[in-house]
Amino acid sequence: MEATEAMTVIGADGGSNGYDPGLSKEELLYCYRTMLLVRAFDDTCMKLQRSGRIGFSIPNLGVEGMQVGAATALRKDDWIFPCYRNFGMALYHGVKPVEMMHNMYGNAQDSARGRQMPVHFSFVDPIHWVSISSPIGTHIPQAVGAARAFQVRGEDRVALTTFGDGGTSSLGFHSGLNFAGVWKAPVVFLCQNNGYAISCSSEKQTASESYAIKGKAYGVPGVKVDGNDLLAVRRAVCEAVDKARAGDGPTLIEAETFRMGGHSTSDDPTRYVPKELVEKWAAKDPVDRFERYLGKRGIWKQGDRERIYGECMQEVADAAKVAQSTDAPGLETIFSDVYAELPEHLRRQGRAAFDLAARRGDAAAGGGAFPL
Amino acid sequence: MANLTLVQAVNDGLATVMRDDPSVIVFGEDVGPKGGVFLATENLTKEFGEQRCFDTPLSEDGIIGTAIGMAMNGLRPVAEIQFQDFIFPAFDQIVSEAAKLRYRSGGQYTAPMVIRTPYGGGIRGGLYHSQSGEAYFCHTPGLKVVIPSTPHDAKGLLIAAIQDPDPVLFMEPKALYRSVKGEVPEGLYTVDLSTLRTVQAGDDVTVFCYGAMVPVAMKAAAKAAEQGIGVHVVDLRTLLPLDEEGVLEAAKRTGRVVVVHEAPRFCGYGSEISALIAENVIEYMEAPVKRVTGFDTPFPNTLEHHYMPDERRVLDAIEQVHSF
Ligand SMILES: Cc1ncc(C[n+]2csc(CCOP(=O)(O)OP(=O)(O)O)c2C)c(N)n1
Repeated sequence: MEATEAMTVIGADGGSNGYDPGLSKEELLYCYRTMLLVRAFDDTCMKLQRSGRIGFSIPNLGVEGMQVGAATALRKDDWIFPCYRNFGMALYHGVKPVEMMHNMYGNAQDSARGRQMPVHFSFVDPIHWVSISSPIGTHIPQAVGAARAFQVRGEDRVALTTFGDGGTSSLGFHSGLNFAGVWKAPVVFLCQNNGYAISCSSEKQTASESYAIKGKAYGVPGVKVDGNDLLAVRRAVCEAVDKARAGDGPTLIEAETFRMGGHSTSDDPTRYVPKELVEKWAAKDPVDRFERYLGKRGIWKQGDRERIYGECMQEVADAAKVAQSTDAPGLETIFSDVYAELPEHLRRQGRAAFDLAARRGDAAAGGGAFPL
Repeated sequence: MANLTLVQAVNDGLATVMRDDPSVIVFGEDVGPKGGVFLATENLTKEFGEQRCFDTPLSEDGIIGTAIGMAMNGLRPVAEIQFQDFIFPAFDQIVSEAAKLRYRSGGQYTAPMVIRTPYGGGIRGGLYHSQSGEAYFCHTPGLKVVIPSTPHDAKGLLIAAIQDPDPVLFMEPKALYRSVKGEVPEGLYTVDLSTLRTVQAGDDVTVFCYGAMVPVAMKAAAKAAEQGIGVHVVDLRTLLPLDEEGVLEAAKRTGRVVVVHEAPRFCGYGSEISALIAENVIEYMEAPVKRVTGFDTPFPNTLEHHYMPDERRVLDAIEQVHSF
């Protein structure tokens, strides 16, 4: 495949180029539903953020197709090293909206006990979704290390890591690709090129003709795929995963897509994204596109979207309700999980914090808002 | 005089030096047309053009490395690191390169540059949008480290930092960006890079603090005053080099000292203040030095207000050293 031309499966009218995705009707509908679940989750979080119930969220509008398409290529025993704009992959693999909502609310049921910001999920079940770190690109070489572990043990499992176009400028991208190339590690690098890194457009990010071609210098084949075409992404990631499982090394995939919303719930993209660009990409919406494909195959009919989206909204609303009525983490969670065992100095600091709260009352919550 | 917030004062400081000195350029992630995520560089691209205020690729190592090259070669770069938490890819460039260039070349090459970066908690930013990493950098000979707490100082110290012949890490307390306002002189002025500021005089207990902890200390001091305890509040503001004489004078004045910072306690900046006092003026001390700091844990999200020193904790320490 050419690194410079984006591979497509579903045409604008919903017709396919003949590629057989190997998915049943139920599986195809599940993909469709998962994209709508991502939308429902986003729409709900936007409202929760606007009403001050959660502090922050990351919208996925426009990039749901690549997330779900890529997720279909993985087995439950593979590992995902995700970036934050990616949770459709977690939902596809069966993470429950309520588990994600616990993180959005930072409550006691959150897997990280409310220590992390919203959208910084961590799961080990039903798939390894490695705890998201805010510093961009740090997880990329880690994915290569996890892949190396599979390789050393002779397992046919893969690690898949996702990052944005901005992420390709990080140190981790370069060391990760370099090591993976040398080791022929069973890893898939999936770049979500959504046009912008906050306000920085791709032209300011790189002078390279594509992100996919960056693999070449590291001996890692690069593939560019239409990121708004769920099946094209499935196809590219399946090929890369099969190759990795067979011991034939890593692949870099660039999924060309567009971030239709702001960087986050606190960002105003109209300050820097030209309107025409948004209109151009709106016409390529991944859900519309997949819907037309399903329509052509007779799997979808008028009204399905409203019905399924409504069900998803209900599921997410129920999840939010549960998360909202769950207690905040206790003071002790500041001190636990720093080390395997609580060292004496932290025990002392923890005791002092409880003692102070008993004598002088609790600390007052601040009113600071997240800026980006 | 204009009445500005701290972030407006930073913006005004940048615009003022850029008008005065064409070699000053400003860059970093999202600092161009967007004006930075906190709007510290708002309108600079508009006024000075893309050559002097621009966005960079997402690489802190690249931002600081290129800033060093520019600084060596006649420009005065002011690089922004979007959050201090993301400075670590550039740690090598700062610690091994910018800070040591003068020394290792016998003064043939230097790096007169400023790294501006917002630090500290209070915005529900969790582990990676809240940290106070000053201690890592204060342990770096060759670097200067500055933290303002008022709009006046933010502008004056920033201009002094940009004009300084050595690399300066300029850490901006993001919690104060919009919560403090004050009179800021128009035009160019500087605040000396090695003198502390007495925020209020008092005779019973001395509190050393800086950045976002200054208003916290002031609130605690007001509460202490209700009990008749006079608190001498000192804003250290130039952490490296430190006004050591000023610190010792302020410690001797009351003989009772509290040091406050958001950063973790172990090997934190408070340890240096405490050691300085112990080494030089212990015979004047009426009570052990007490530190009020962040815990020795990563920075939590939901419970950030428990992690960050607040009025309760500072007041408690003031009372303890006072009644010792
Ligand atoms: C090392 C580092 N520097 C800066 C940031 C601040 N930041 C958060 S997201 C972001 C842009 C990331 O863009 P991209 O990788 O393209 O992902 P996208 O948001 O477009 O999905 C930046 C600069 C960060 N998180 N980490």
